[in-house]
Amino acid sequence: MSRVVYIAANTFREAVRDRVLYNLIAFAVLLSGAAILVGQISIDIERLVVVNLGLTAVSLFGVVIAIFIGIGLVSKEMEKRTLYTVLSRPVRRWEFIVGKFFGLAGTLLVNTFFMAVGVFAALLYVSHKFQSSDAWILVALFFIVLQLLILCSLALLFSSFSSPLLSAVFAFSLFVIGSFAEDLRLFARMTRGLTHGLAATAAYLVPNFSALNVIGQVAHEQPISWHLIACNTAYALAYSTMAICGAVLIFERRNLK
Amino acid sequence: MIAIETIHLEKTYAVGFWRKKPRVALRPLNLTVEEGEVFGFLGPNGAGKTTTLKLLMGLVSPTGGTARILGKNIYEAEVKAQIGFLPEQPYFYDYLTAKELLEYYAQLSGMQPKERSQKIDAMLERVGLKDAARLQLRKFSKGMLQRVGLAQAILHDPKVVFLDEPMSGLDPMGRREVRDLIEELKQQGKTVFFSTHILSDAEALCDRVAVIHQGELRGVGRVAELTSSVAGKVELIWNGSAVPAGFSALGAECYTSGERARAVVADVQQEAALEILRRERLRLISLTPVRSSLEEYYLQKVNSAVKPAGVAQ
Repeated sequence: MSRVVYIAANTFREAVRDRVLYNLIAFAVLLSGAAILVGQISIDIERLVVVNLGLTAVSLFGVVIAIFIGIGLVSKEMEKRTLYTVLSRPVRRWEFIVGKFFGLAGTLLVNTFFMAVGVFAALLYVSHKFQSSDAWILVALFFIVLQLLILCSLALLFSSFSSPLLSAVFAFSLFVIGSFAEDLRLFARMTRGLTHGLAATAAYLVPNFSALNVIGQVAHEQPISWHLIACNTAYALAYSTMAICGAVLIFERRNLK
Repeated sequence: MIAIETIHLEKTYAVGFWRKKPRVALRPLNLTVEEGEVFGFLGPNGAGKTTTLKLLMGLVSPTGGTARILGKNIYEAEVKAQIGFLPEQPYFYDYLTAKELLEYYAQLSGMQPKERSQKIDAMLERVGLKDAARLQLRKFSKGMLQRVGLAQAILHDPKVVFLDEPMSGLDPMGRREVRDLIEELKQQGKTVFFSTHILSDAEALCDRVAVIHQGELRGVGRVAELTSSVAGKVELIWNGSAVPAGFSALGAECYTSGERARAVVADVQQEAALEILRRERLRLISLTPVRSSLEEYYLQKVNSAVKPAGVAQ
């Protein structure tokens, strides 16, 4: 188990030192700045605009980072042959995959934290004080982290058997489709026969990112139920675990050419 | 004791997108390497050297056969703790320093924290990277990366060391350093298995060599024996820029270079050749029997027709 920790720590350190990551954070900070600007010209709805724009920026940049780094986790190590030296040691392949996942998850968590600080700073700037309903922003951020965990596990799953480019296409496509999962489920309910079967299967197979998106609710200061928090947490953990298990199963059999 | 053993080890890849075709990378390979030996695995590019090493490291699964290291299955953690591996032209984590990289590999090898810090410092000094210990690897030259690669391969004091083209792309100084390091490992009683196509390195370092070509083992031999057999010819070197006319009648191969001339004749013609030099009042510098070189053995094996793989000792 300690080897998982070492691999995770190394993945985290590499990702944090990679300058591309800093650029993405800089973009997120810029976007939060734009939120302040837009908030100032939006009379009486500054808070709503700042929360909406800020959280959307956190989510989008998180998605870009998760996919961008996730797809390269395995392929980069193969390309540079560092994987050969790692796996020639007493390291099991599942330990490598799980370590990589936790390393990226840690990176995303830290990034989300810094971007969240930017959102709260922008909020304080336009509202001059925090209010109790702002606590729901933390729930929205938690859901964003859950989304990123799912995406990170999917990126790892795809990168365990395909090229970085294809992995990026697959992961991003699933993110887009998953963001409309509720609509897909609604469509499945309206159809019959084979179409219903196909639509329902697709709707339940793709990750339900729409259930994890509560930015609109939070921006309108609506509370989030504890039931939803519990269900979303369980769902995200189960989905990520399944994707990681899939990645491990594929990677265990893969020939490292 | 046998350090490395392959029994009918073979690998065939399926290539193509829709209709996959088999591509044989390694035909059944039977090979044994004794403990403490420096073993050279020779062959041209694409011969199957790297595939063999990847099979031994468990990086690709064999299509058939098995391999054992120190008498145990190669997939056992206990075996992996006893081996070190340097892949061909290694690149490491760009944003780690040399010290951090070695720390990482030491952790993965299960070394204790106290032992780690002592060994890492000593290893960095041993491979001449003490001053670059805190430099990120993306700033390293090719030779420095090769040295840090060697350091990670031997850091945990493995019994068997596998090196894939360790001299490839290195300047003469770098090659000399790697050669010295392999010599040092031999002195310590380690088993070294290295692939190369630089024959002079293999000749200088190896106890035994194997030649592989087109995925097939073509021959195995002890370097001392391969290079000691007399080819039935002698080489004469003398002072002078001209070759006396009598040499062509002896069927000699003659060369001139500056103030010296050289002729290779059949050993039965030795006396006749010496008589010509005496007659012409030319000063003989050396007379040596021509010995077979590893290059001749290698070329003979590589150019020979494909034969069924045999058991090599």
